[in-house]
Amino acid sequence: MDITPAVSVNGVSIMFNLNNEKIDNVKEYFIKLVTRRLHYAEFWALKNISFELMPGERLGVLGLNGAGKSTLLKVIAGVMKPTKGTVSVRGVVAPLLELGAGFDMNYSGKENIFLYGATMGYSRKFIASKYDEIVAFSELKEFIDVPVKNYSSGMRARLGFSIATAVEPEVLILDEVLSVGDAKFRRKSEARVQSMIDRGVTVLFVSHNTPQVRTLCDKAMILKKGEMIMFGDVGEVCDVYDEMTNGKK
Amino acid sequence: MFKNLYKYRWLTGEIVRKNIKLQYRNSVLGVFWTFLQPLLTTLVLVMVFSRLLGRDSKAVLNYPVFILCGRLLYEFYTQSTKRAMRSITLSASVIKKVYIPKYIYPLSNVISTFITFCISMLVLVAFIVYFQLFSDTPVNLTPYALLAWAPLLILFILCTGVGLILSVLEVFFRDIEYLYDVFCMLIFYLSPIIYQVNQLKTANQWVLRALMANPLYAIISMFRSCVLFGEMWNWNWFYYSLGFSVLMVLIGAALFYKKQDQFILHI
Repeated sequence: MDITPAVSVNGVSIMFNLNNEKIDNVKEYFIKLVTRRLHYAEFWALKNISFELMPGERLGVLGLNGAGKSTLLKVIAGVMKPTKGTVSVRGVVAPLLELGAGFDMNYSGKENIFLYGATMGYSRKFIASKYDEIVAFSELKEFIDVPVKNYSSGMRARLGFSIATAVEPEVLILDEVLSVGDAKFRRKSEARVQSMIDRGVTVLFVSHNTPQVRTLCDKAMILKKGEMIMFGDVGEVCDVYDEMTNGKK
Repeated sequence: MFKNLYKYRWLTGEIVRKNIKLQYRNSVLGVFWTFLQPLLTTLVLVMVFSRLLGRDSKAVLNYPVFILCGRLLYEFYTQSTKRAMRSITLSASVIKKVYIPKYIYPLSNVISTFITFCISMLVLVAFIVYFQLFSDTPVNLTPYALLAWAPLLILFILCTGVGLILSVLEVFFRDIEYLYDVFCMLIFYLSPIIYQVNQLKTANQWVLRALMANPLYAIISMFRSCVLFGEMWNWNWFYYSLGFSVLMVLIGAALFYKKQDQFILHI
């Protein structure tokens, strides 16, 4: 058994400068600078988070809105640099945050498959070898030459899911995406994730849905206002989280 | 940084391919616009400046070719830097989700514009062939024309550097776009696109210095030396424009490297 962790997060903290008003142009910047109204407020979205995941472990991330769940996933995906601490991830990370984000709307489905694949660092040749499988799984064969802007959101999500999971990543990041598409596609995608889990992929799963976390994950954590208040076995953590959320009502 | 570029070479290729494909997809004439656009604008400039304003067009050997050279290069400069400038903010949805070396966006936009620019060079070839065969004012075609790639390469380096700098500024200040539009107009008149510097009837040293400080002036002049006048360029132009361009790339790369981790907070 492999003993080096697939994902290791050491003392990660993230600080945002929250402007009272978001300034994104020169004019406002100078007005505020001259009138000395350039205020910055510090906001810590994550405070000193540390954990490790071994290859094949599946972690459910629980927490209320604004607890820092998405920020944590962004740090692990490498999109955001932590203010303090370090993150190391071994292998290919397939982010499934808001599927279809890498699509160009004027591009056809077929062209987007190659573009999206390249975004994840794969060659045209490699994607071409997976192409038939991707199209078949997405069930979009007859629309594959249509520009993606004419797709419904469900179709876009299906295509995105099919590409991201076809390339056999080592680490899979799921941000409440298992609720995409109709019931039929949902079952299919759940089966796909399950088969990836059987192959030993490491999963990070963000959800509010504790039953789903219980079936999919073997570990879980609770985030509250940027702090990790619990980390452990999925059953215990989900029980506490259910109590927390029910108690508040 | 370069190891990274190698790993993501597929993405660079795909974005270049995408930009070129999409640019012509929804137009009836397709890739012909690459030729038509410079052709038509050059005709307008020739008409305005040699017929209406009665400029002595004999003074520059062949005025249509003279204008076309300047315009093609100027157009590449503004198009590529403007596209590079917007590239980061336009790719916000991807950058927010997936880790990619972000400099790929400005870089691939400059590359794709450079490719369409090279295609549009065929218009210049057609112009030169036409004037060689059917007119009494042919350009002075000599083996120096084979050196024309050198100013184009310098121009590419310049655009990459300026594009990197602008793409960073755009992330933090969106209205830089409008400022840059005005700046490009200034550059149009500061570059000898429609006139030749020695034709200017100004004794003002400052105006002349401002002209000389413009690296586009040096690049366009070098290019014209090669393809129009058929002579070796002034080496001062070469050293100045190459030095300036490399400096821009260094500044751009340093700025980009320093600021790229903050992009995510602003896009």
